[in-house]
Amino acid sequence: MFDFFKGFGVTFGTMFKKVVTEEYPEDFPPAAPRYHGRHQLNRHPDGLEKCVGCELCAWACPADAIYVEGGDNTEEERYSPGERYGAIYQINYLRCIGCGLCIEACPTRSLTMTNFYELADDNRQDLIYTKEQLMAPLLPGMEQPPHPMRLGDNEQDYYVQGPVLARKGAENDPVGEQVK
Amino acid sequence: MGGRPMPKPQASCTMTVADGMVVKTQHSSPVAKKAQEGVMELLLINHPLDCPICDKGGECPLQNQAMSTGRTDSRFVDEKRTFPKPLPISTQVLLDRERCVLCQRCTRFSEEIAGDPFIELLERGANQQIGVAQDKPFQSYFSGNTIQICPVGALTSAAYRFRSRPFDLVSTPGVDEHTASGAAIRIDTRRGTVMRRLSGNDPEVNEEWIDDRTRFGFRYLKSKGRITRPLVRGADGQLAETSWTEALRVAADGLLAARDGGIGVLAGGRLTVEDAYAYAKFARVAAGTNDVDFRARANSAEELEFLASHVVGTGPETISYTSLEAAPAVLCVALEPEEEAPQVYLRLRKAARKHGQQVFHLGQWTTPAVERTSLETGAAAPAAKDNLIPAVPGAEAAVLADLPAHVVEALSNGGVLLVGERAAEVPGLYSAVAALGERTGAAIGWVPRRAGDRGALDAGAVPTLLPGGRPVADAAARAEVEQAWGLASGALPATPGRDTDEILAAAASGELAALVVGGVDPYDLADPEAALAALRDVGFLVSLELHTSAVTELADVVLPVAPDAQRAGSYLNWEGRRREFGPALDASGVLPDCRVLDTLAVEMDVDLFTQTPAAAAGEIARLGGWAGAAPAVPAVSPGAPLRPGYGQAVLSSWRQLLDGSTLTIDEPALAGTARPAYVRVNAATAEVLGLAEGAPATVRTERGEITLPVALADLPDGVVWLPGNSGDSRVRTLLGVGHGDLVGVTA
Repeated sequence: MFDFFKGFGVTFGTMFKKVVTEEYPEDFPPAAPRYHGRHQLNRHPDGLEKCVGCELCAWACPADAIYVEGGDNTEEERYSPGERYGAIYQINYLRCIGCGLCIEACPTRSLTMTNFYELADDNRQDLIYTKEQLMAPLLPGMEQPPHPMRLGDNEQDYYVQGPVLARKGAENDPVGEQVK
Repeated sequence: MGGRPMPKPQASCTMTVADGMVVKTQHSSPVAKKAQEGVMELLLINHPLDCPICDKGGECPLQNQAMSTGRTDSRFVDEKRTFPKPLPISTQVLLDRERCVLCQRCTRFSEEIAGDPFIELLERGANQQIGVAQDKPFQSYFSGNTIQICPVGALTSAAYRFRSRPFDLVSTPGVDEHTASGAAIRIDTRRGTVMRRLSGNDPEVNEEWIDDRTRFGFRYLKSKGRITRPLVRGADGQLAETSWTEALRVAADGLLAARDGGIGVLAGGRLTVEDAYAYAKFARVAAGTNDVDFRARANSAEELEFLASHVVGTGPETISYTSLEAAPAVLCVALEPEEEAPQVYLRLRKAARKHGQQVFHLGQWTTPAVERTSLETGAAAPAAKDNLIPAVPGAEAAVLADLPAHVVEALSNGGVLLVGERAAEVPGLYSAVAALGERTGAAIGWVPRRAGDRGALDAGAVPTLLPGGRPVADAAARAEVEQAWGLASGALPATPGRDTDEILAAAASGELAALVVGGVDPYDLADPEAALAALRDVGFLVSLELHTSAVTELADVVLPVAPDAQRAGSYLNWEGRRREFGPALDASGVLPDCRVLDTLAVEMDVDLFTQTPAAAAGEIARLGGWAGAAPAVPAVSPGAPLRPGYGQAVLSSWRQLLDGSTLTIDEPALAGTARPAYVRVNAATAEVLGLAEGAPATVRTERGEITLPVALADLPDGVVWLPGNSGDSRVRTLLGVGHGDLVGVTA
């Protein structure tokens, strides 16, 4: 007998509470800062790619979502400091479980995850992201590879002076992330 | 030793076991454990630790050691020693000196096993490094093995550089398709592409080594010229892609119309046993002829007799790598082992080094192989020259009949005679080999150059033999085959057929109305111009090919066949040992020769029952060998060598391992380590002909000419040597002559 009023009581009481529904497509609320969103392949401050095509991310991936093929840098055509670069880089977001093990595996801090979470589509092909889609955008001061090393004579210079270069680059990127 | 305590820990890899020895390892002795950790730390002091970009990463013994006994962090704070890297020491091997731990496996391999020490330790102390002489790159036929045995990523392959990681690869055991060695290989594939090939480990056959051609020669699989769809020549005279149904119908119609006029079958020397069997059966059953021959090279009737009497049906129990190694003396006739049978060369060298085997070579000059299979190695070794039995091209048979006494004696004590396919170019040479074998009791091994020759012989793709070595002329032999094939008695043609040259001649003159051609390169044949004319003139030409070739350009129907990587099958190597392999890549969409021929025969209303290699292999096994009387031994009298006139010389020629061969197309790295082509003459002949060392010389016939720099060698007087198919030196194609013919030579 009282259950009837109890039930309506819950419904009535909710009218005075704060609304939890988010107006998602109209409103675009940010994810938590450490949310595991879409990947990004970062660049050195001069625009060269950090990825060396080592495939450690592919090795670490428990879902076999990453496909990498390495390539050989030449003096005429240089994509990253050092000998090797990632010639083919693909992440299959139908498979990716967002665990972030690939980020931990990356030896050059090339692969990181952004907070971008809108990873849905109406066909499978478009959910295999290629290197062009995953590369970080060119910030001021960066130059689209291939181009020669601008910040040193060899890859050692890039890595040893990495922290200094990153701080310098931060002036152009006051938020502290290359992409928001 | 002898139970004596050791003052310090010993390295287990350098210590032999002794009586009473007490062994303590890292598991039972803290001293050993500490020593191992110390050594590991020392090894890593100058190691760049660039595993993420190193090709060895994931399959690196040093990496494994570092994981098991290495420290988690480095105490080394000073600057590491660095070298410029990578250093290309040849077009196919890259050296990274920073990663090298100076184990010297590569230098030891080159010096002891391959015998061509192009790489050596240089400098001392911390700067000690592996290196090559400035003017001499690592131009070895076996250099790829150093990449495989390098325990770190110091030696890496240029072609495999950064291509994949061990965990990407699917490994399949395979068999060498480039030479008749039957070497076991490992094929590593990634997503439907062969990435690299490594040596397998078969102590009976190739031990742990393969030659570079076998290791690096696989890009023909993906070359632009690969034919993947059947082609039919339309009314406009152009080849056009079509369906299998259509192509097989056109081919069958053409062959059926030509059957009364006669069909010739040229199988080629690159076939598996099962495919060769299908060609043999196709010729007998569908074409109704014995005009089938696998020999896509210079050949002779004498060779057929020799093969029928000495080679067909034999196996490793007659002669094998093991018995070859154990023999006290070996004589190579018309065989340049390093160029034509690299595995045989490695065994000969091993036997010469370890067991003091005497390796004699009946040839023209002291080639690198002659030097390196001599007891004392080195360029100026006196023993090397003694092992060369020089003969003017054409005179080999006469020289063999009149060998020095010590050679005959050495061969009489369980020696071995190895004869190469080039013996067909010298009249009487096979007869002389047979006679010498008879005289000395030496075992005779026939070492062809191509992988399929031996199998095709046993499968019956020859004009005088049915499968299993059954003579065509023998009624009982024919009856056996007729019964096995379910044919009516007397259905098999009884007269021996035509050989390769006769088939082509008959096709040119219209005696044969159609040809079915397998993997044959007309430019390998004795007379390429005549062969091409025959292929052009024949009424109907069906080609089964992997690649566009001179044959497919002239063919009426081209049927694509599966490469070895996409099919199962087996080869008979030169020993007669059956070497089976399975597909390494997805085999859908391609058909092996035996299946294509089977379907073609069905269209012609006969059934070959060779739908799959397994079905063909089963039928071959059920047929077995011929138990009847062995055919007669050839007895051709030795011919006399031609006498060069003024400005002329006798041509000596054979093919080098790395040359313009069809299966090594699209391999720039491999081609870079081919031996440079030279015109070789001795000093006296050079003077007579007015040639100077290093200067260009022109060798010509009425057909064409070849110009190459001159190199001096210890050839007989009046003899000039050219590589058979290296670069511009395409002897058969350009000159139209072969070994033993006269050529004009001018500066």
